[in-house]
Amino acid sequence: MFSDSIQIQRLQALSQQSSETSAADIAQILQRGGPRGLDEFAQLLSPAAQEHLEWMAQLAQRTTQRHFGKTIRLFAPIYLSNECINICKYCGFSRNNPIPRITISEEQAEEEVRKLAAKGFRSLLIVAGEHPKYVSNGYVESVVRRCLKIMPSIALELGPMETDPYRPLVRAGCEGLIVYQETYDPDTYRELHTAGPKKHYAWRMDTAERAYHAGFRRLGIGALFGLCDWRFEALATAAHARHLHTHCWKAQISISLPRMRPAAGGFQPNPAFHMSDHQLVQTIAALRLYLPHAGLVLSTREHPALRNGLVRLGVTHMSAGSSTEPGGYSSFDETQWVQTKKDQPGEQFHIADERSPAVIADMIRQQGYEPVWKDFDQSLVDESFVA
Amino acid sequence: MNELSYQPLQIADRSFSSRLLLGTGKFSSPAQMAASCKASGSGLVTVALKRASLSGKDAYADILEFLDGNQYLILPNTAGAMNAEEAVRIARLAEAAGLPKWLKLEIHPDPNYLLPDPIETLKAAEILVKEGFTVLPYINADPVLAQRLQDVGCAAVMPLGSPIGSNRGLETEAQIRIIIEQARVPVIVDAGIGAPSHAAKAMEIGADAVLVNTAIAIATDPVRMAQAFALAVTAGRVAYETGLAGPADRAVATSPLTTFLSNS
Repeated sequence: MFSDSIQIQRLQALSQQSSETSAADIAQILQRGGPRGLDEFAQLLSPAAQEHLEWMAQLAQRTTQRHFGKTIRLFAPIYLSNECINICKYCGFSRNNPIPRITISEEQAEEEVRKLAAKGFRSLLIVAGEHPKYVSNGYVESVVRRCLKIMPSIALELGPMETDPYRPLVRAGCEGLIVYQETYDPDTYRELHTAGPKKHYAWRMDTAERAYHAGFRRLGIGALFGLCDWRFEALATAAHARHLHTHCWKAQISISLPRMRPAAGGFQPNPAFHMSDHQLVQTIAALRLYLPHAGLVLSTREHPALRNGLVRLGVTHMSAGSSTEPGGYSSFDETQWVQTKKDQPGEQFHIADERSPAVIADMIRQQGYEPVWKDFDQSLVDESFVA
Repeated sequence: MNELSYQPLQIADRSFSSRLLLGTGKFSSPAQMAASCKASGSGLVTVALKRASLSGKDAYADILEFLDGNQYLILPNTAGAMNAEEAVRIARLAEAAGLPKWLKLEIHPDPNYLLPDPIETLKAAEILVKEGFTVLPYINADPVLAQRLQDVGCAAVMPLGSPIGSNRGLETEAQIRIIIEQARVPVIVDAGIGAPSHAAKAMEIGADAVLVNTAIAIATDPVRMAQAFALAVTAGRVAYETGLAGPADRAVATSPLTTFLSNS
């Protein structure tokens, strides 16, 4: 398990040492086509590497195109519930935040998913806060079964579970599981997660591996940038992805790089941990060169200009026109895809790119890429398909 | 020069005038994909079933709409299948959806290098051939596996030149030569063909056809690149049919070793 093999001190040291890297060191790595190990990956995250950012971007583009083509896969999140038993100081869903708590019905979930399908989506990410009541009574499984009639591909982002409770969800037809570590720094983790099962750092860290053993074929990981030193987080994420790459060889690994957004609860991130746009681009390019096959996911947290630019730079998966509030899509205008409700008090965070799925798809085409909606067929995993 | 032609490619009961096969993934748009297929002159193009809609028309999964079934034989492929069971299931579904009963069988449990699983491929091939599919399996360049697949009735074998998307050319040349030498069905080199010269080389050593995707799809001008590959396939095939002289590999000894015989 990764929690047994993660080398916190080494990662911290690598993150510190990156300030000693020179532009010449970077040139040497890039001339060879990419980093040979975690040490060189750390160098690509150095301040000096900014000098060669364009070069890194060019290499990242070539590598991405070779493995993924000129395509961007689109997906939509649907939030089922913001009820949560955890206290996470930075999260809008944290149990002590006085927000309206909503869990949508199975029928409403299906209705919203139909709306998303009408906008083109064929790949769905089901998100919910961490609360035992969905797991025990089969609510999520039941939602999954309803949605699979409409969506060929479903991934889950829920509170971590043991291997066995994952199995029925895999049998129901889910193929992906996403769980973010939020921060790989154990001290920061302890400080920010003060109550609920999420307190357990190692338990969370090993979720992807448990999910793999239950049969998920896509595993998503990531850190929430802004909670701790971003270089350390990027290094830990890369090391984690590498670990999964060797230990979960049948799974497609994807990495998300969410940066903190304003959320209910008023958490103020430490500005010292802020990752700039330049640094985000640098990290994406470095990750691509270190992990050529990893999916890189970009959400609507990021602003439009940056999202446009990243289409050609290493990102492989994008969401579009998202609502982060349970039931949020019910009040979207179906033609324009704009939120008609004034406030969304129950949302997890406010998105920065509010463009509709159709506008995003056009933007991707304008960049010379094909927006891919469907890239999985339910018949691959659904044993009830008998032709 | 444009009239330069070669023997048609025969697979099962179908004959194809071009020996270049195209993959349809990774293109920047379906229109580019369709234009490239057309420019390549290919008669056999493969489409990932996972990208298509098998349950009726779907404007958001319309890759098949861009390919004229009269111009090409659409070769559905099982990309995404991780074992025999999944591949068989999606193949049956494709047939039910009215697609040709031809199949590029590819089973890759490893989603990174997309290397084919030999055991599952053989299992699935056996089932699908019995069900009447014309099966073209994507395999590692393993001559024994190629034989086993021919034994169960595959209509061609498709060994890889190097890993998909790597553009590294014929790194498995020695194995591919053995497969060609022993083949009872067409040998189509699939994957790793990154440059027209690689395609020409495969044809020169006697491959029956090549399948190209990434190198065309991500080229700055895919249409012209498709034409370049078509020319290379022609060059390589015509050279093969004509018979290459081959490099001179016999040394001429400065002091002959057998002249004593004439003195005896």
